[in-house]
Amino acid sequence: MSTAKQNEHYVAPYDDGVSFDELPDSAPSSHYSPSWTGWLGIGVVGFWVFIAVFGPYIAPLGENDLPFPDDYSEFQMPRPGAWLGTDESDRDVLSRLMYGAGRTIGISFAATLLAYFLGVVLGIGAAISSPRVDMIVSRINDAFLSLPTIMLGLVVVAAVGSSIPVLIITAGVIYATVVFRLARALGQEIMVMDFVEAARVRGEGRWWIITREIWPNAAMPLMTDFGLRLIYVILFISSLSFLGLGVQPPQADWGSMVRENLGALSYGQSVIPVIAPALSIATLTVAINLVVDDISAHSGGKLSKRL
Amino acid sequence: MTTLILKRLGIGLVTVIAVSLIIFFGTKILPGDAAQIRLGQSATPENVAAFRARLGLDQPYIVQYLVWLKNFMMGDLGTSLASDVPITDLIADRYHNTVFVSVLTAAIGVPISLALGIMAAMYPGTLYDRVLTLVSVSLVAAPEFFTATLLVLLFVFVLGIGNAIVVGSTEGKGLFELIAHFALPITTLCFVIASQLIRMSRAAVLNVMSSPYIEMAILKGVPRKRIIFRHALLNAIGPIVNVVALNLAYLVTGVIVVEVYFGYNGLATLIVQGVQTRDYVLIQGLGMIFCMTYVILMLVADIAAFASNARLRHPK
Repeated sequence: MSTAKQNEHYVAPYDDGVSFDELPDSAPSSHYSPSWTGWLGIGVVGFWVFIAVFGPYIAPLGENDLPFPDDYSEFQMPRPGAWLGTDESDRDVLSRLMYGAGRTIGISFAATLLAYFLGVVLGIGAAISSPRVDMIVSRINDAFLSLPTIMLGLVVVAAVGSSIPVLIITAGVIYATVVFRLARALGQEIMVMDFVEAARVRGEGRWWIITREIWPNAAMPLMTDFGLRLIYVILFISSLSFLGLGVQPPQADWGSMVRENLGALSYGQSVIPVIAPALSIATLTVAINLVVDDISAHSGGKLSKRL
Repeated sequence: MTTLILKRLGIGLVTVIAVSLIIFFGTKILPGDAAQIRLGQSATPENVAAFRARLGLDQPYIVQYLVWLKNFMMGDLGTSLASDVPITDLIADRYHNTVFVSVLTAAIGVPISLALGIMAAMYPGTLYDRVLTLVSVSLVAAPEFFTATLLVLLFVFVLGIGNAIVVGSTEGKGLFELIAHFALPITTLCFVIASQLIRMSRAAVLNVMSSPYIEMAILKGVPRKRIIFRHALLNAIGPIVNVVALNLAYLVTGVIVVEVYFGYNGLATLIVQGVQTRDYVLIQGLGMIFCMTYVILMLVADIAAFASNARLRHPK
């Protein structure tokens, strides 16, 4: 059944834990030398991170500025002054893309960090606490896991409205459920290993066992999973924005840019305002996928098979 | 075996109850209540109170929840806050679009993806396998609207066929006209499920291929095709059904994005409108329908996994 695990929300039918496939076969090597696909991925991710951080400073215009205030017509073809043309409100597509990079990547990264913080703390906590507490926490977690993520997102946005903090917290909590399962399973697996037993017999405290024995062994599988989770969070945030329920106009992010400019497909001169943000998301997520795959292949994990 | 399935059904039931709790109380934290929203800001407090009593909103939350759940079971989804129309009427106008597109996606996408995946498993490591893996790895990480955009560009702008936005009524159209009408959304969704399905069915067959009895067959000199179709595939059927059900469950998300992208009326566009107008009665009803579909497909996936396991089916 391990084949199905790359699915975002796969819940194993009868074994309660994640199998040993999740653990690297050998100790992670500290020397990672990427293959050409790895370098390609690193290059593209690096490019987008650079744009995300410095985009607002190097963008030719502000995100809501009009490149041609005298010539008001939507979806113009690229020309000097607007290298990717203009969008449905005659704004500069290139500038909006550069502003949007920071929001899409920043929100997703913050949400994934939050998901990891919650998931790892609760997951390893559940693994080392009493079976009763573990069962209660796990069952609640499973109930959330059995919902389509986008539905949870819709309910939250309907209830409290959409803003950047709400998006980060929503995505963070939703994806914490998946991290919880992985962290708990890893924690349980490592808990019964001989060296942990030895530490416990030695009389080490719970905190010492977590930080010195469990964490170093759980870190590597969690790190590679972080990349995968980041992909799903980017897709989740972009989908919400695309549905008009994520980042709100006039602020730009890649998902909402696709939505705003959908009209270009029916009656625009230029379809770049739709292609550019969609292509940006795709290149970013595919590049992260390449890097994760490459790292896990090199660290001896079986993640490349799961993908 | 039976006890395992019963246990899984029990877990499924508990999940449905948990889902209904999440949806009901999740939407209860909305500011304002149905009576206030329906009567508008100018209503007198007495009117609102009377209307609240009629809707049962003066009852404790737990009673409201039970009444709502009972009504849902009986097929009464309440009345929309935004348009004052019974939710069931709103759904009746639209559900056939969503069902048609989903069923056709499954009918077209699943067999093609399975065939491609099994072919890749028959010739692992060949150019065909590597290209297919590369394409599906890329597609799996790309958003649905990226795939949709590529298809629109190809069909509408390069080949000059089809229409980017699905418009017009579907009434009185024959099956083939309907298929042409929804060609782009269906193709997009086929790509969305294909990317996962190809990889997972390939892995499922390869997994069986690495078992000792297949090794035995190879050593015996059985031709590769015969091994796949006579020996491996039968044992891979369970995992494959599991994979298919899982991917159909993920269609729930895909359908939402694709309906909005191509702008046709379906259940997903209805729930997105519900969120925008904060029509929580609508969100509760439709949310339950979507989540139940998802939970049931997950259930099928798990039971398929049990049923395919000969050791569980025939315990010693």
